[in-house]
Amino acid sequence: LSKSHILVCGLKGTVAEFCKNIVLAGVGSVTLVDDRVVTDESLPANFLILPHENHYNGKTLAEVCCDSLKEFNPMVHVAVETGDTSTFGVEFFEKFDAVIISCCSLGKKKLINQKCRKLSKRVAFYTVECRGSCGEMFVDFQDYKYSKKKLEETIECQIEYPSFEEAILVPWRALPRRVSKLYFAMRVIEQFEDVEGRNPGETSIADRLGVLKLRKELCETNSLDESQIPDALLERLLTDTREFPPVCAIIGGILGQEVIKAISGKGDPLKNFFFFDAMDGKGLIEDISGPSTRS
Amino acid sequence: VARDAVLRFRPNISITPYHANVKESRFNVDFFKEFDVVLNGLDNLDARRHVNRLCLAADIPLVESGTTGFLGQVTVHLKGKTECYECQPKPAPKTYPVCTITSTPSKFVHCIVWAKDLLFAKLFGDKNQENDLNVRSSDAANSSEHSEDVFECRKDEDIERYGRRIYDHVFGHNIEVALSNEETWKNRNKPRPIYSKDVLPEKQTKENGNKEKGCAADYVSAMVSLSLKNPQDIWSLVENSRVFLEALRLFFLKREKDIGNLTFDKDDQLAVEFVTAAANIRASSFGIPLHSLFEAKGIAGNIVHAVATTNAIIAGLIVIEAIKVLQKDNNNYRMTYCLEHPSRKLLLMPVEPYEPNRSCYVCSETPVSLEVNTQRSKLRDFVEKIIKAKLGMNFPVIMQGASILYEVGEDLEEDMVAIYAANLEKALSELPSPVTSGSVLTVEDLQQEFSCSINIKHREEFDEEKEPDGMLLSGWVEAPVDKDNNKPIGNDESTSNALPSVETLEGEKDDEIQETSEVVEAFTGKKRKLSEVSEVTAPDPSGPSSINQNKPKKLDIDDEDDELIISDDWESLTKKKKL
Repeated sequence: LSKSHILVCGLKGTVAEFCKNIVLAGVGSVTLVDDRVVTDESLPANFLILPHENHYNGKTLAEVCCDSLKEFNPMVHVAVETGDTSTFGVEFFEKFDAVIISCCSLGKKKLINQKCRKLSKRVAFYTVECRGSCGEMFVDFQDYKYSKKKLEETIECQIEYPSFEEAILVPWRALPRRVSKLYFAMRVIEQFEDVEGRNPGETSIADRLGVLKLRKELCETNSLDESQIPDALLERLLTDTREFPPVCAIIGGILGQEVIKAISGKGDPLKNFFFFDAMDGKGLIEDISGPSTRS
Repeated sequence: VARDAVLRFRPNISITPYHANVKESRFNVDFFKEFDVVLNGLDNLDARRHVNRLCLAADIPLVESGTTGFLGQVTVHLKGKTECYECQPKPAPKTYPVCTITSTPSKFVHCIVWAKDLLFAKLFGDKNQENDLNVRSSDAANSSEHSEDVFECRKDEDIERYGRRIYDHVFGHNIEVALSNEETWKNRNKPRPIYSKDVLPEKQTKENGNKEKGCAADYVSAMVSLSLKNPQDIWSLVENSRVFLEALRLFFLKREKDIGNLTFDKDDQLAVEFVTAAANIRASSFGIPLHSLFEAKGIAGNIVHAVATTNAIIAGLIVIEAIKVLQKDNNNYRMTYCLEHPSRKLLLMPVEPYEPNRSCYVCSETPVSLEVNTQRSKLRDFVEKIIKAKLGMNFPVIMQGASILYEVGEDLEEDMVAIYAANLEKALSELPSPVTSGSVLTVEDLQQEFSCSINIKHREEFDEEKEPDGMLLSGWVEAPVDKDNNKPIGNDESTSNALPSVETLEGEKDDEIQETSEVVEAFTGKKRKLSEVSEVTAPDPSGPSSINQNKPKKLDIDDEDDELIISDDWESLTKKKKL
């Protein structure tokens, strides 16, 4: 763990919580990427940004979070990297053992995931998004071998993961029944933002009709009953786009645990989506993968 | 410290810190009434029961929580509406049969308990306390007279000599005495006696140990003195013996005034060193694997190492419930369990709160029953083991009808204090107001505003192994949960409580919370989901508990994914087990 290097892009509340967790655990280094300038809007869910104007004036999210994180554990090297990661070459990612991205478009997620996969070194890839009382996390370990204890002996396990792109392309009707509705809802919103050229989270109730229309199309293509993606859920995701601190803590905690498990190579890793909805209080794992990769 | 940390990123919150014990009398019902909600982050059962009672008395909602390693839970308690914290009896601290500790240890934890509660207590604790340290030999006379002298340091006795004498007595002589009882060892591995001269020839101890190194200012440590740097090393028998003798020497030389008053404290380095060494030597004698100081400290101090991520998750869940409380969102409270391994895809499992347990002696004022030998058991035993330990009262008033048998308080008159002190030493049937079979005692704790009735039933015999206290308390309904046995010695530090044996069903409907509670209901037959009690609302297909259930439930239990968190020994926190 103390020799691991983590890359983190997109510093909102959930990722701030995650960074706190891995810094406390004592990873080797954390590299932060987020060139957005800190504004009042950034404050509510991100506890790494201290609410003093002087503290954050003119600085980027990465810079401010970097300063705060350093204080949690002096043994961890925390640094800032500027620029748009989607323009970085594949070699850039080779330095890292795990890459976590948040607050980015669908295109960027796929792109960075691909870059991680192109390397001969296995780089674990995670995405995380929280909107209002909901949170989603995705994991891609490519081809993962690990050991675990079973009844007094240690056994070797292997799991194959799909990339994000592969996962979301799995036809909806091929998925097991009773997959979390949040999965589908997030895909609709994600697609909507992509098609409309919006930044992640840039939606409102005014988009309701557009989203419902898109849902109809997607459900038709996928032979999925529209009731599987409830209106109320979509409306919540459209309007409550800001992060809710306790949900950030929960998702940041789960993500932290997963990264630590992955780096230490111990314990069953999560495959491959995790969803939380404060409305029903369930935190569940969904395995969204094609027949060849389903465990 | 916590206050400052929070104020850094939210300076506008008013935070009042109290560096105190929550059981102090100033934190009374009126104090609790000032708040809208109470969030607990305590680390011991006693304090939680206390706060539970105060919240009930003040009628303030309580959000309880706990974590142990990767497990955790959050529960909400509202008087009259949900179970109180004590409606489901919490597992008692794991205790071991006396003979396992004194004569036939088979696990390292038994050696720790011996070293901590017997040897350490005998040498450094209250001399007036009864102590089972000397093994029961077949020769009764031998033990009683001899024991008086053995552990006392003789006048003019050299500390080194004394240390070796104690060493030889507990690791050599006592073992030989135990061995003389053939029956015990018929089906067990025999221990071997260990004598200091064989492990540490006299000459060596005088050469080793830079005597001054262990005593820098206030910090007295045998490890420092012996240059043993790493607490995670497993010391050899020789090293353990050195630590034993050196720690003992340092106690007598540098901490003389503490001797006679000490109880084991995991934060007392010298005490931890002594107990580790003593436990290891005993383990060595019985062929049990030795452990490092770090491990021994964890066992002796009942430490389960905290996992920051679990705490973060639970903290988030606490806030979610707290917000519901503050918004008076009464129908949406839930208990949430955080699991280490998913159960039917769920890592975070919500469960609807249960109605109060109608036979809970705390919130439903149900009487309890006590079986006891009223002619043998003293009031003191009753007070310590039942009233304080089991019933969790701190300042009890015990009455039979109108006569007060015992009470504590600051403003009692001297003659009353004397009477109560005398009462403590009397057998129950010999009290001024005799307690016999059929007596009903009323016990109150005014601070907790909690009152309880106890029906007394006389019983002659008690099983020494299963009922070592000679008293059996019963009366509240056993909860259908599986007990969380990961507390080998005390009940502190580890804060996670028993998980309900919750099953989520592969039913027809989507609302798994509903189905979950119904399974538990099927098991208990007594608990009712809160939602059944409240009004039926329009079904909401998207979200949480839709109350109208028309389709019959299929009890389809899939064994593979069962997650019951039980741990047999504290080292492995979870084990899968079929229901």
